[in-house]
Order: sequence, then C-alpha cells, then structure tokens
Amino acid sequence: MLSQEVLLSRTAHTLYWMGRYLERAENVARFVDVNLLLMIDLPQVEKQHWEALVMTSGDIELFHEHYSDTTQKNVIQFLTFDLDNPNSIFSTVRQTRENARTVREIISTDLWEQVNTFYLMIQEATEKNEILYSPHEFFSNVKKECYLFEGILHSTMSRQESFYFIRLGRYLERADKTARILDVVNFMPAVDPENIQQTFQMIQWIAVLKSVSALQMFQQNFRDISAENIYQFLILDKAFGRSIYYCLQRSLTFLKLISREDTRVRFSNDAEKMMGKLKSELDYADIHEIYETGIHQYLDTLQIKINQLDTILYDTFFRF
Amino acid sequence: MQFTGYQTDDFHDELFVNQNQARDGSKLLIQKIESLTEGELLKRQQSAEKSMLYKGITFSLYGDDRLGKEQIFPFDIVPRIIEAEEWEFIEKGLKQRITALNLFMADIYGSQQIIKDKVIPEYVIHTASSFRKACIGLKPPKGIWCHISGIDLVRHSDGKIYVLEDNLRCPSGVSYVLKNREVMKMVFPQVFEASKVRPVELYPNMLLQTLQAIAPKSIHNPTIVVLTPGIYNSAYFEHSFLAQQMGVHLVAGSDLVVKDELVQMYTTQGLKRVDVIYRRIDDNFLDPHVFRKDSLLGIPGLMEVYQKGKVGLANAPGTGIADDKVIYAYVPKMIEYYLGEEAMLPNVPTYLCWQEQDQRYVLDHLKDMVVKSANEAGGYGMLVGPQSSKSEREAFAALIKTKPRSYIAQPTLSLSRVPTIVNDHLEGRHVDLRPYVLYGDDIQVLPGGLTRVALKKGSLVVNSSQGGGSKDTWVLSKKSKKS
Repeated sequence: MLSQEVLLSRTAHTLYWMGRYLERAENVARFVDVNLLLMIDLPQVEKQHWEALVMTSGDIELFHEHYSDTTQKNVIQFLTFDLDNPNSIFSTVRQTRENARTVREIISTDLWEQVNTFYLMIQEATEKNEILYSPHEFFSNVKKECYLFEGILHSTMSRQESFYFIRLGRYLERADKTARILDVVNFMPAVDPENIQQTFQMIQWIAVLKSVSALQMFQQNFRDISAENIYQFLILDKAFGRSIYYCLQRSLTFLKLISREDTRVRFSNDAEKMMGKLKSELDYADIHEIYETGIHQYLDTLQIKINQLDTILYDTFFRF
Repeated sequence: MQFTGYQTDDFHDELFVNQNQARDGSKLLIQKIESLTEGELLKRQQSAEKSMLYKGITFSLYGDDRLGKEQIFPFDIVPRIIEAEEWEFIEKGLKQRITALNLFMADIYGSQQIIKDKVIPEYVIHTASSFRKACIGLKPPKGIWCHISGIDLVRHSDGKIYVLEDNLRCPSGVSYVLKNREVMKMVFPQVFEASKVRPVELYPNMLLQTLQAIAPKSIHNPTIVVLTPGIYNSAYFEHSFLAQQMGVHLVAGSDLVVKDELVQMYTTQGLKRVDVIYRRIDDNFLDPHVFRKDSLLGIPGLMEVYQKGKVGLANAPGTGIADDKVIYAYVPKMIEYYLGEEAMLPNVPTYLCWQEQDQRYVLDHLKDMVVKSANEAGGYGMLVGPQSSKSEREAFAALIKTKPRSYIAQPTLSLSRVPTIVNDHLEGRHVDLRPYVLYGDDIQVLPGGLTRVALKKGSLVVNSSQGGGSKDTWVLSKKSKKS
C-alpha cells in the first residue's frame, strides 16, 4: 500500500532516463527539421553543413563508421531511424518506451499508452522510405508527441517523486542540449563570398533560435539578432523554458522536492549541493564575463558539469 | 458474418445446443452478431486487436529480432458464456478442491498423516521433483499455503466439466482476463448490459486483500510488493499490470536485500521494510541459501525471514508439490480423506505409468491417449496420441519404460468448442477454462477466468506457446424474477 511514499532506486533511475531519452528525441527532431529548412536557403554550403549537424550530435565518428557520404539522406537516416546510433530518434523513443514499460506500474496508463503509440508510429515510419526525402511532417509529429507526453504527464500524474524524476531528467537533458546547439555555430562552415557574410550569419542564428523553439520569445525580448543577445537569452534568460539557466533552476527545484527539502539546512545531499552551486554561478553570471572566458570554453565546461551532475545523481539516488 | 452454415459437429458447443438452437444465455449475443452488417464483426475483431496493440497488451516483446513486430496474445471477440447455475456449481467445486489441496500441503510438509494412512504412497511424494525438503516444518500464516491458483477445467462431449490440472505455483493469465474484458466492453457494449455479465474488475482488490491477509501480525499497513524475474520474462506485462492495479511496488530480486533480519528494498530514501511478497518466480530461485545456489533472481536469506514470520509469501514455497501430475491423480482421494466428501469436479481419468498395470494399458493404447510429462507445464513434453506418428509413439513408449514415474496418460478428451472467427466466417474451436481462486481470509473465485482457445483447426492444445489464443469469459448473473 501507499507505494508512492517511496520510490525504488532502480525505478527512479528508469524514470529519470525516460525523461532524458524523450527530451533527446524531441531535440533531435527539432534540430534536424530546422536545419533542413536552413539548407534550402544555403545550398552552396550544404555538405559542410550536414557535417556540422552530425558534429553537434556528438556522434560524428559513429556516423563515418557507417556511412561513406555526408548526404542529406544519410544524415537524416542516421539521426532519425538508425538503431546503430543510440541517439537517433528511433533509438531514444525506443528507450523511452522500454523504460516506460519497465515502470508501467508507476506511470499513468494514459502516459504509457501515449509512449507506446508514439513508438509504434515511429516504427511504422521506418518502413516508409519517402520520409527521408520529405520529413517535415514526420518531425512535426514527433514534436507533437513530445508535447503530448508533457501534457499527459502533467494532467494525469501526481506531484510526487516519480513525477519529479521524469521532470528532472527532461530539464537536465534540455540544459545539455541547449548548450550543444549553441555550440553548433562553432562548427558551422565559414563562408567565402563576403557580400553574403552578414545574411549568412543571420540565417544561421535564426536557425539556432528555431532549433530551440525560441525565435518568437527572443524577438519579444530583443530587437537585434546578434550573437551576444542570443547567448544572453539562451544561457541566462530567467523566463524562457529552454534557457540553460531556467533548466538548471527547475532541476534544482525538483531535486529539493525529491530530497524533501529541510529548510533548516542549506542542502541535504551532494546532488543538491552541486546543482545549487551551478545554479548560483549562473545567478550572478554576466554575458560579458562569459565572453571573456571564451564562449566555446564556457559551454564546454557547462556540459562537463552537467555530466558530473548525472554521476552525482547516480551516487545519491540510484546506486545500491 | 452470420451463423448460417455454422456446424457444431459432434462436439459440445458452449453457445449452441445444436446448430439451429442457441443456448438460453447466448441468445442475446447470437442475435446481436446476426444483426451486424456484412463485415462488421470482422471490423470489430480488428479494432479489438489494434486496441490491444496500442495498450501494449503484448505477449512476448522483442525476442532477438530488435525490429520484430510485437505480437498481441491472439484474442477472439466471440466470448464463451457460462450460465449462473452452472457457475455456482463450478465455484463450489473449486472451493472444495482448494480447501483439500491446502490441507494436503499442510499435512505433507507436517506430520504426513495421509501417507501413514496409505491414501497416497510415500514413493510418489518423495520422487516428486517439486517436493521441497526445506519446507518441512514450515507453518505459513493461518495455515494457508496456496493463496493464488488457476485450475484448468475442460468440458468433455458428455457435457461434464473435468479438472485437467491444478496450477498452484504462479499461474498466469489473469491480466488477460481483465484486459480482454476492457476491450470487449468497447466491442459489444449493449449486449453486456442486457446479458447481465458478472464483472471481473474487482480482481486486483481481491488480490490485494488476500495479500494483506498474510502480512506479519504486528503490521497494520503492510508494504506489499510483486516480485518479478524481470522485464524479459514473458509474463512481465502481467506482473507490472497487477502491481499497477494494486498500487504496490514491482520489484526484481536485486531490489531486495535481507538486513537486520528483515526483507528490505532499496529506495531513493534508503532501505525500507517489505512485509508481503507476491512472488512470480519459482521456488527454486527464491533464496540461493536454501534452494538453487546459482539463482540470481532471488534474495539470499529470504527463507529465514519467512520462517520467523517476518515476511509473508504468496504462494508459500513448496506448493508446486500438488502440480505434479502424478499427485494430481490423487486429489479426489484427498478430498475424500480430508473433507469426507466426494469431489464435485472430477479429475480426467489418469493412468500412472509407474504402476505396472497402468503402464501396460497405456503402452497398449498409446494411439488413443494423451501422454504428459509429470512436471512440465505449457503443453511441453506431451504426446497427443490420435495426432501422433508411429515414430513419436515409439519414442514416448521408450521414455515411459525408462522413466515411468515421469509420465502419466489420459484418454483423449473431446474438448467443447466455441464459435471463433476464422478468416471471414465462424467455426467451432476447442477451449478450456482457467478460473482463478484466491485464498486469504476466505476463498474467493473470480467469476469466469481465462478461456483459452486452440486456434488451429482440430487442435486440442490451447497453450499460448502452441498457437493458442484467448476469449472473454462471461459468467451470467442469476435471472431476477420477472414481475
């Protein structure tokens, strides 16, 4: 009885990763979709651009092991349907579903059925080759399924540990992905014809914003689409749901709820301590200081810290 | 799809008296099916299948082929119907049987009076591979050993119900009963109401009550868990479904540990005591200190905690003794011995090959008999005489002669049939029935159970591992008097 009072360590681990996998799938879908559209505007650098795209995913070596040519078709195949790529949409949704199946007794039936049909939808899509040539509708459906997951999660599950671990997984993954996508610009091909330099960069930046569904919200806050403003918005904004700051701040909230925050102490475990430190750093960070460190360096360090957090979470809650 | 041309042949049909006349309880359903437009029944069958796929009611996931399509447990939407009076009789018979079987287990792991009184030969007990020496002297709470059982019943062409086997270890299938019903309510909503079908939805509550009843005495709000061998077990769906429906934790052996003389589970908040375990793993794997040393699924030290009464187990270890098909043959005698009553539900006549006379008879009539291995379930290690080849019979004859204790034989029954969708029309297919019996504070029988159907034409083997499927089972309420 009252099984929700506590969560098995193994179950908590499974839920946390379920959140991470689903977020990963959503990010890949959005990212690939945006870049496909971008390519229409920039046909002259297509090949390098596809290379940069795979680079951002962090799996470039794996890609070259399996594919000889960096073509649109191959890249989409690799990032979307390839089960040999553990971070492809199919792989991550499959993992989400496998995790959901393992904890079916914990998550709501509605949530399970959504994850299950989502998986079946993608499985069916793998059999239709034409998606590789015209994938927009497919990616759009993937995004919608991910929103649906979020909605069902919120409307059918109680605010308790199981819910918090799924959310924690999503936000940590999202923080990591935003950092990665911001870093993509560093891998983008340089362009020769000087006269289009300006436009070219602008288009790239718009693509970055779109990759994290941030264009509109950005424009409501800033007039100029400049690198500095974009970094400011996507790293430090307090209100935008995909900014790194926001993601870490939410993660800390969920961690405190999980550890049943004791207000008499400042933190009650190592995970909370490290997350708190990281979040405080961002609390008082300044975009000009970040520039001084070097933006690439900064994003890199941030990603390393997020990875360390994952390890500490494991030691605090999941290991037995 | 109508019943025109439907043949009952020489079999007992669960829905028809003969091909022109539906049984009373089936009339409404038959009318409904007859009234559907061409193709509608098939459409409903397909939508039921799709809904099962979406709900993830799949039988065995993945396997080796990671891209393999998942299979739902084959399901046929034409239900099997059991009328109120008949069910009342079956229910009484099951309660009688379970009462006697529990007394038998207490006796056989206790003073063994039934052996001393020469009702069952000592030889049969001590050669049973499911007899657990470690259980001698165990005293389960309230003297109940078998809390959850699924007794397989069949109907022969004489119209009588027989007990085919007792499943007293970890019978599975009840989740399909509940899910089948969920789907059927969408397929035939009106007929349900009109036919007054008894609900099965209360099973998880009944099960939870049963498990609460075996909590250690001092515990008022017990922590209950379902113990599964893990996600790759073919019944994993059922384990997680039952845990979910009861609102309890689903655990694997590695989630549990014996510490401070208690069974505890690893949680995000540290160790937490477990009071009752509904275990879905076999005795042999429960505790490597006592049973199989190489078991990775179990919890070292569990049995010691159990013996001290500090954790409840359902079923108690050792219940598999009565699943042995040689011991099954003695159940009617047990009922007489312990209860002084005649068995209401007869056994299928069973020949014990370790007895010389029986063996000779079996070997002379192999072609007409079903030979079963005494300790296998799931339709494995079986010879169906009338459908066997000469070389298969020879192989079994040799097996029987070398290991007579391991084989029993029964006459081939002609199992009753239920109309079943075959391509675009209805044909009779053979069925059995597994009702579920719970024994906590008292004995409860879930109205209905799992009707398994042999989907292959003429086949008598209903096991899912052998091409079987399932049907919903409708037990009807008693008719209220007409005013």
